[in-house]
Amino acid sequence: MPRKRDINSVLVIGSGPVIIGQAAEFDYAGTQACRALKEEGVRVILVNSNPATIMTDKNMADRVYIEPLTVEVIEDVIEKEGPDSILPTLGGQTGLNLAMSLAEYGLLDKYGIKLLGTSVDSIKKAEDRELFKRTMEDIGQPVIESTVVCSVEEALGFAKRVGYPLVMRPAYTLGGTGGGIARNEDELLRIAADGIRLSRVNQVLIEKSVEGWKEIEYEVIRDGKGNCITVCNMENMDPMGVHTGDSIVVAPSLTLRDKEYQMLRTASLDIISALGIEGGCNIQFALAPDSMKYYVIEVNPRVSRSSALASKATGYPIAKVSTKIALGYGLDEIRNSVTGKTYACFEPALDYVVVKIPRWPFDKFVKADVTLGTRMKATGEVMAIGSSFEIALMKAVYSLELGFDSLEMSCLSDMSDREIAMLLKQKNHERLFVVAEALRRGISVKEINRKTGIDAFFLHKLINIVEQEERLKKMSVRQLDKPTLERCKGMGLSDQAIARFVKADIKDIRRKREEYGILPVYKVVDTCAAEFEAFSPYYYSSYGCENEVNPGPEGKVVIIGSGPIRIGQGIEFDYCSVHCIWALKKLGYQAVIINNNPETVSTDFDISDRLYFEPLTPEYVLNVLDKEKPDGVMVQFGGQSAIKLVKAIHEAGYRVLGTPPEYIHKAEDRKEFDALLGLLGIPRPEGGTAFSVDEAADVAERLGYPVLVRPSYVLGGQGMEIAYTNSDVVEFMSIINRSRQEHPVLIDKYITGREIEVDAVCDGQDILIPGIMEHIERAGIHSGDSISVYPPVNVSSHIVKKIVDYTVELALALRIKGLINIQFLEYKEKLYVIEVNPRSSRTVPFISKVTGIPLIELAVRAIMGQKIRDMGYGTGLISPGKIVAAKVPVFSFDKLPMLEVALGPEMKSTGEVLGMAYNLSEALYKGFTAAGHKITGGKGTVLISVADIYKDEAVALAGEFKKLGFNLLATEGTARVLIMKGIEAQTVNKLSRSGCDICNMIKNRSLDLVINIPTHGRIPERDGFKIRRMAVENSIPCITSLDTAWAFLDAIKMSVGEKKPVVVCLNDI
Amino acid sequence: MDRKGFLVLEDGTVFEGTYFGAQDRVMGEVVFNTGMTGYQEVLTDPSYYGQIVVMTFPLVGNYGINEIDIESEIPRVRGFVVKEACKRPNNWKATQTLGEYLCKNAIVAIEGIDTRALTRKIRTKGTMKGLITPDIPTEENIVRLNEYRLDKPVEHVTVKNVYTIPGEGIHVAVIDFGVKRNIIESLKARNCRITVFPAGTQAEQILNVDPDAVLLTNGPGDPKDNIQAVETIKVLVECKPVLGICLGHQLLALAAGADTEKLKFGHRGSNHPVVDLTRGRTYITSQNHGYTVKDETIDSKRIEITHRNLNDGTIEGLRYKDRSVFGVQFHPEACPGPGDTGFLFDRFLDLAGN
Repeated sequence: MPRKRDINSVLVIGSGPVIIGQAAEFDYAGTQACRALKEEGVRVILVNSNPATIMTDKNMADRVYIEPLTVEVIEDVIEKEGPDSILPTLGGQTGLNLAMSLAEYGLLDKYGIKLLGTSVDSIKKAEDRELFKRTMEDIGQPVIESTVVCSVEEALGFAKRVGYPLVMRPAYTLGGTGGGIARNEDELLRIAADGIRLSRVNQVLIEKSVEGWKEIEYEVIRDGKGNCITVCNMENMDPMGVHTGDSIVVAPSLTLRDKEYQMLRTASLDIISALGIEGGCNIQFALAPDSMKYYVIEVNPRVSRSSALASKATGYPIAKVSTKIALGYGLDEIRNSVTGKTYACFEPALDYVVVKIPRWPFDKFVKADVTLGTRMKATGEVMAIGSSFEIALMKAVYSLELGFDSLEMSCLSDMSDREIAMLLKQKNHERLFVVAEALRRGISVKEINRKTGIDAFFLHKLINIVEQEERLKKMSVRQLDKPTLERCKGMGLSDQAIARFVKADIKDIRRKREEYGILPVYKVVDTCAAEFEAFSPYYYSSYGCENEVNPGPEGKVVIIGSGPIRIGQGIEFDYCSVHCIWALKKLGYQAVIINNNPETVSTDFDISDRLYFEPLTPEYVLNVLDKEKPDGVMVQFGGQSAIKLVKAIHEAGYRVLGTPPEYIHKAEDRKEFDALLGLLGIPRPEGGTAFSVDEAADVAERLGYPVLVRPSYVLGGQGMEIAYTNSDVVEFMSIINRSRQEHPVLIDKYITGREIEVDAVCDGQDILIPGIMEHIERAGIHSGDSISVYPPVNVSSHIVKKIVDYTVELALALRIKGLINIQFLEYKEKLYVIEVNPRSSRTVPFISKVTGIPLIELAVRAIMGQKIRDMGYGTGLISPGKIVAAKVPVFSFDKLPMLEVALGPEMKSTGEVLGMAYNLSEALYKGFTAAGHKITGGKGTVLISVADIYKDEAVALAGEFKKLGFNLLATEGTARVLIMKGIEAQTVNKLSRSGCDICNMIKNRSLDLVINIPTHGRIPERDGFKIRRMAVENSIPCITSLDTAWAFLDAIKMSVGEKKPVVVCLNDI
Repeated sequence: MDRKGFLVLEDGTVFEGTYFGAQDRVMGEVVFNTGMTGYQEVLTDPSYYGQIVVMTFPLVGNYGINEIDIESEIPRVRGFVVKEACKRPNNWKATQTLGEYLCKNAIVAIEGIDTRALTRKIRTKGTMKGLITPDIPTEENIVRLNEYRLDKPVEHVTVKNVYTIPGEGIHVAVIDFGVKRNIIESLKARNCRITVFPAGTQAEQILNVDPDAVLLTNGPGDPKDNIQAVETIKVLVECKPVLGICLGHQLLALAAGADTEKLKFGHRGSNHPVVDLTRGRTYITSQNHGYTVKDETIDSKRIEITHRNLNDGTIEGLRYKDRSVFGVQFHPEACPGPGDTGFLFDRFLDLAGN
């Protein structure tokens, strides 16, 4: 079937901000979709609220709207742009739900818009639990004994019939939000209530638990003619019971016989055909480990995190093919872009093993609940490819960037065997290492299998690694012969770990390998196991006999990517990496990228000239550099992951492009940086450094409390805290020193001023500052968690001049070539420098989009020797246009139980949205709306609970809310102050008192907003913590800073005004 | 103790690995299979008789060897080459490891080979003969390799005597050129009464049992080695519905006056797309063949091409225009691989039933 001719303009809905369960994979899918549509000459209209994405670039779509993802906004866009079709299945659950709402509200009919690809009915059949179950029963596919309930009572009734354990999942949610396993009545009551509330249709599925069964997924594609294929299958190493997003996953399945593999494959094809899906789809099965019994668990009738993983694991571009199918093409008409000769209607054959490991935020959130279950908690993931399971697993472990160079976790080695045996039962982020430790101790495979459900096949593979590690420990470096070293490298043991085990220097190991000729070769991911000639420049390292990569002679630049998405280093850095690639290509260079994040655009093999899917550690990066022999290496665009590698790259004799390594160090090293500031006469908050608790306390005493405590060389303010007392210092230092610190801990005077941020590009001579961003929240809240506004509103021209002067002075003094990010603090008319990052930053996509200045491209051109003054964008500070923008952080608190909601100096947000308008109130309104806060238009109930020091300030705020017509509730102390000042407020009991009003009000959702400003310090004020947790878990906006509250008020005022916000197209500004 | 083993190709390329099956010297045609599962079915598929099979998936033997996933009683490959053979498999059906099974059945196997490099070599140069040997390869080896020829492989795998499998339904005569067990199972599942004949059986003898239909099975080697069978088929197609699978399909073509030729490196795997030209649908099929029917030798008055490979356009299915006779190059019985075209058995039996 050729492409349908009546499709000329298509609306694509993105997935919005990055949250747990919905991350960069949808930028990858959306970007592929946009490119595929444009390839077909279709006019693309894109709506997404996330500014950090590639898909919201002006060159990705004909019309780009960075607007809140609400039905109202989409209708406005439809009215303005008149698309004839909509593509609903590429924007994750958010995009799909929105498209379904448009259909339900009759808007598609009203505007005559066709839904491309899978039909509304098919989506309903897959998404609605009851319909899905019935469809499966009709085609004889087994589903788990289950029921759908809309009330807690019904849930109890079912439990009485079938018994525990039971699994619960709310309908229409992402990442299993609100799901869980109930082993008894108490748990059932809690989880059922949660789930019902969180589900868009207030439905919860309850089913008999199949915990411990194999969890197998198939990625399936079907076209309009009914042709269907499976792209690949994947096996979760963690069996049923852990969300697939939180599981270690291998592709293809490794423990299934052909009969088992084919049984589930056939089931997959039957299911996708019965549902009538046109495009990509993910099907999850539970397979009994000891029979052919299986159940269909879930179907996602859209591209997903798993389909991104499958695409990267196989080289088969699922999102692109799905888009072409939506346009009417058959699978047998779409070319396989890897071979250029074959078609998309085939099933990839892998000749390697792929391992994915989730990246959890628990290295930052040390107090959050680390238990893994049916609710996803990982923020990102890494993928590795190898010719053995062992090497793929180890490469994935290194890619996590958590400091592991082997399967050994030092804190476990001090535990007793009994403690390890106990730990085995816990499903958490450290399970892989606990299992390895258990195997090291000689605990039997049988026992570990019984406790973890992990298949013995995998456990035996882990034994291979552990035994090899143990053998090495008994060897000296001289005994390290060729076969041993070959075996080690074939299993992926790192040079660093080998060196440690045999007590040698890492350089000795590398030398030995070179001597023995044990050097990696690079193999191609080609979709067909070498059966056909392939042209995909997509490589992974292996220790085989034939190398397949043949880098040309010169004109090559290697770009270091940013690895897995984590708090503090998100999709923004992938945006930067991809733009760096594009800019280099434009300049005529070959752009080569090293990265390991399967979710991202940068690891799409047709973005760069060559893609190496490898860990970002010195060993693996230097291996690639040795093979490529590039003209230089770009380290500015991959966030802290790339900056950390500067030393190794430089010492190995490769050229670091842009800012010289010694100056990167100068900006990162506290002492040198302080000296530089002193020399330039630029003030910074007073500070000092310390290694020990005592030293830290001394510094703090000298500066006077409060002080900021943080480790050096970190991202996202990791481990950063404000200490108000000596005991705070003791506590924070002990947390920081849990992991060995190579660099001293930094202690600074904490000043509550206004934070201001700039990104600038410098060519060594001129500088260009596209704009200044002002933070709404006072210093003390991490810049990534603050609302950032462009252009600034409260910054005087005198301060602006200072900002420009300091930026120029610093950039020149640091010999910046390329990007620099500076964070300032204004306090009592004085400007301080808090931090300088000699690299691209989180705000680069934001500022590039709102100013229209392609910052990355300019930076790359400057790095490669061009002059800013010749680029046509001017120099110095560029004056703002008419657009006002507010970047609002988005959190995933509901996914991370026990995590403190109150904001502080350590970053907590997982993503961001942008509000763009012609005035600040409207920008804020859009920003808050996009972030998911329902703005009730001046009616509703607000709970105010404020720490004593803020009570006066809170009075004015409360008065404003009252004026707008809000009903005020306040906790005792706050209420007393309000009433005293003549503001009517109803007192509510604290939680500790009997008859907890607040609990009930939050649970009944009779509250619309919680403003809770906690006491600072780590004094556990349990009431506040609970109120905040309860609010976020019940989807009630919870504001923990007065500054945010004022901004929110501003947005509310906007919403009650006459003027309706208008949608702004990025292409028009 | 691990013993070194070498794989020598006729172009002189040498791969070094380690024995994990029988530690003998063997010669055979080296072919690769791209299936990611199904090694036990591959090992026991009679069509691989005399060949050294390379698995492109690097981890083989993960789920061990069991009693049921067999396509004939014994392993038929001459040699087996993998990247890594699993020593400690796990599966609820497994009774032994791959290595144990191969040793017991005296099948030569080596591991530790860069199978991707080997596959690329075969893909570029075409199928080559190879030698697995424990000794450092010599020039002499290569001369011997060039002389080596596999003689009438079908005779080694076909059944010796006629046998029948009772059933209530349609009576199918199966001519066994090296039948895969699941072809028989597919007929049994459809209630057929089955009479299996050796490859050299005369048409008359087959017609004597008065079957409703005839199935020509898969089998090893060059189709043109089976002159006798082609003559038999010429008779059978005149009076019975016939289905040819793989070698059987090629023999049907030969019987209709067409010619066959050797493919550069064949199709072996579980992911080959085949277009059903009559329905406009594409199916993923299981394949194992080194020869193909030559396009230009087809007499279009007699034969309709019904299926083509989506990748290389080679003929994957044909039909006698005025007869209930058709053949497919791929394996509707799957095992290993997808069973998406299993309905062809129904179509065949429908023809036989009418």
